[in-house]
Amino acid sequence: MDGIKDKVAIIGMGCCKFGENWDKSADDMIIDAVYEAYADAGVEPKDIQAAWLGTYMTEWTGQMLSRALKLDFIPVTRVENACATGSDALRNACYAVASGACDIALAVGVEKLKDSGYSGLPDFEIHRRQLNTYRSRSFSPPGHFAMMATKYFDKYGLSYEEGKRIIGSISVKNHYNGSLAPKAHFQAETTLEKVLASPIIASPLGLMDCCGVSDGAAAAIVTRADLAKNFRPDPIYLKGLQIAVGPGEGYMSQKYDWSHVEETVRAGERAYAEAGVKNPREEISIAEVHDCFSITELVIMEDLGFSARGKAPVDVDSGFFSLKGGLPVNTDGGLKCFGHPIGASGLRMMYEVYKQLQQKADKRQIKNPRLGLTHNLGGTPATCSVSVIIAGNEKG
Amino acid sequence: MSCPGARKESVKKMTGIVSYAAYLPLYRLDRAEIGRAWGKSGKGEKAVAAFDEDSLTMAVAAATQCLSGKNIGTVDGVLFASTTAPYNEKQSAATVAAVLGMSAETYTADFGGSLRCGTNALRAAVDAVNSGSLKQVLVVAADCRLALPNGANEMAFGDGAAAMLVGKEGVLASIDSIYSMSDEIIDIFRSDRDRYVKSWEVRFVRDDGHGRVVPLALKAAMAKNGKSVADISKIVMYSPDQRQLQAVTKSMKLDPAKVQDTFFNEFGDTGSAQVLITLAAALEAAGAGDRILAVSYGNGSDVVALTTTPAIATGKPKRDISYYLKTKLMVSTYQKYLRWREIVEVEPPATAPMEQPSPVALWRDNKSGLDLHGVKCRKCGMPQYPAQRVCIECGSKDDFEDYSFTNKPAVLATYSHDSLGVSADPPTTIAAVDFKGGGRITCDMTDRDPAEIKIDMPIEMVFRILRYVGGFYTYWWKARPKRD
Repeated sequence: MDGIKDKVAIIGMGCCKFGENWDKSADDMIIDAVYEAYADAGVEPKDIQAAWLGTYMTEWTGQMLSRALKLDFIPVTRVENACATGSDALRNACYAVASGACDIALAVGVEKLKDSGYSGLPDFEIHRRQLNTYRSRSFSPPGHFAMMATKYFDKYGLSYEEGKRIIGSISVKNHYNGSLAPKAHFQAETTLEKVLASPIIASPLGLMDCCGVSDGAAAAIVTRADLAKNFRPDPIYLKGLQIAVGPGEGYMSQKYDWSHVEETVRAGERAYAEAGVKNPREEISIAEVHDCFSITELVIMEDLGFSARGKAPVDVDSGFFSLKGGLPVNTDGGLKCFGHPIGASGLRMMYEVYKQLQQKADKRQIKNPRLGLTHNLGGTPATCSVSVIIAGNEKG
Repeated sequence: MSCPGARKESVKKMTGIVSYAAYLPLYRLDRAEIGRAWGKSGKGEKAVAAFDEDSLTMAVAAATQCLSGKNIGTVDGVLFASTTAPYNEKQSAATVAAVLGMSAETYTADFGGSLRCGTNALRAAVDAVNSGSLKQVLVVAADCRLALPNGANEMAFGDGAAAMLVGKEGVLASIDSIYSMSDEIIDIFRSDRDRYVKSWEVRFVRDDGHGRVVPLALKAAMAKNGKSVADISKIVMYSPDQRQLQAVTKSMKLDPAKVQDTFFNEFGDTGSAQVLITLAAALEAAGAGDRILAVSYGNGSDVVALTTTPAIATGKPKRDISYYLKTKLMVSTYQKYLRWREIVEVEPPATAPMEQPSPVALWRDNKSGLDLHGVKCRKCGMPQYPAQRVCIECGSKDDFEDYSFTNKPAVLATYSHDSLGVSADPPTTIAAVDFKGGGRITCDMTDRDPAEIKIDMPIEMVFRILRYVGGFYTYWWKARPKRD
């Protein structure tokens, strides 16, 4: 098994402005993102040979993509894997190119959440069947991630106040980064005082520990690595493409400790092996991770091996994950500020990694990036679908 | 003394109470708090079913206590009595039997219609056991009555349940006779079109309802048994309030010391459950050989005559009335009570409306959902909930035995207080519950003060309403702090 490393490259990407896009339909956002990607790759619509559309709950089948773009009867597959949907669409497009089934493929992620009339996620009723029972517990995403926060604080002896301060400073960092990202949903800096004073949503998580609920779309065009330089001088090569889908262990087995996410650990280990990464803390230049809640980002730092177990708070305090730190994380503001249109988020993260690796990230640009990582977590800490994708600006 | 006939008579097994237990909800509402809303005074407290309790769940709680340590396999009847059953059409006794894990051959029936339905069910159980048609019958009465705000009934009504197991083996109080009378009167009523209980003019209700019928029934029962009130150790008498209990005690010239308190100032008028709850209190206090009369009221009266046996000393339920008197949480405000009962309409949460569950899926799920059964892997021994076909631990397929999570000691692995979860009692407390012997259930918590919740605290599972969507109830189990 030699994996995906250096077989496929991204030659164009696009991302629409994220936010409460009252004036834009899903079709509008798809068109904005894909036409930016067409232009970036220097391809025509007719060059696309197959497409994967990632959406969690906006419409059905791949027809929305074909209709919006007036694609020429090419194959389009709709992909759904909760918050890992966009990354899974990219993974499928890459596999198609790597197999030789097509040479140029399009991956699109889109979500239109703000037509619902609700402030949070519009519909989580599907989770009532999550345990093969209609009697599933009451569910809200912050409620479940708060369970992890409570257990993490307890396990590592952090007081409520100390724990709140540490996760709160992750939100402060992401707000600063978001203030430098013109397409982000929220572009205002914030302070620790404001974060700590925000109303409690699910204790210990306050409003400012929760990511934005946004509309958005992002797109990538991929081709064979050996063809990539025909399109542009600086293609980005896929090094690892992994998804780990949990069997629901955390809800029914005492093995799960509620202070890590096993799916992240597994997907990370496989992606590092595929990409040949030995020491992620040293080798990964930038990571875009699934900070649906501030506590999630803290735990991901340990699950991905960026920090030792229980030591992420130390790295957060030292600024290791800030824009000028040793391993900048969520340089575009993350889910917290760039926003979280579910099906689009994975491709939005890759959009930032792609721009950073091409040294086109403007005020957010980090120094000499080589390898970038994206991470999505779809579900709850106890059971989820996690994607880890690694990309680099050099072949080999 | 050597007459064989007499000897045979003396060992004839009497039908009676084999075990008993009351259940009172954890929550109490201060009547002064109700009074504050309406500019009047209020004395004492009333027991208030939590937002996720109803007569059925309280019946399950009482029945579980009553059957604790008993062989459920010998119980072949379940009679559920309530004027506030969750359904007009759909049996509650069948749900109780399913939750208790009883066999499909169990005889189940619902009783209702008046506050006398608790003793109606008790008499039916005694008759069935006496006739030999059934061996052991569980009688469980529960009520959760609603009265319009700002009325005397709202102050008076409380919620509660009691269960009695009737049989011939291990009787701790024999049931010597039951005298019943019927009486047609419109005094306390709720038509098929009403949600709230109504009363006719108070003096008519007191003097020509309860105040006329209860003394008549009591006298007639005494005359029929050839006993006098002086022979009785304790009289347990349904009464809508303290004042009426005193009025009948006085008019009957009863010794007040022999009249069982109805806990009106602690629990309120618990409806059809009241006479059985107070009978439980009398049994708890009784010695061997005590004669007890239990008198119900509701379009007539049933007068149940009992005599305790030496077994009474060991039959006290683990959670007795004194437990329920001291184990309580106050409902903080009257508004909260109104919200729990959906008497006031509140702004709906800013989330999608609940999708209707499927009765088909619920039916498939009965064993896990109602009986709290999971499975235990025969290969690796790991208990898991709900029932699985492929083992989460070792991957073996279809190699499980049934495993009950009821009454297994458990602790709280982690939790959160979720203000976004939809609940009439926000925040929703979500719990991961770890069971001794293995297995974890992730579910809602109830009957809790958020401030008391800590990792590793002892937990017990309770049967509750999970949601009411689409015109039917979905019941499931929740976790709550264990209070012993």
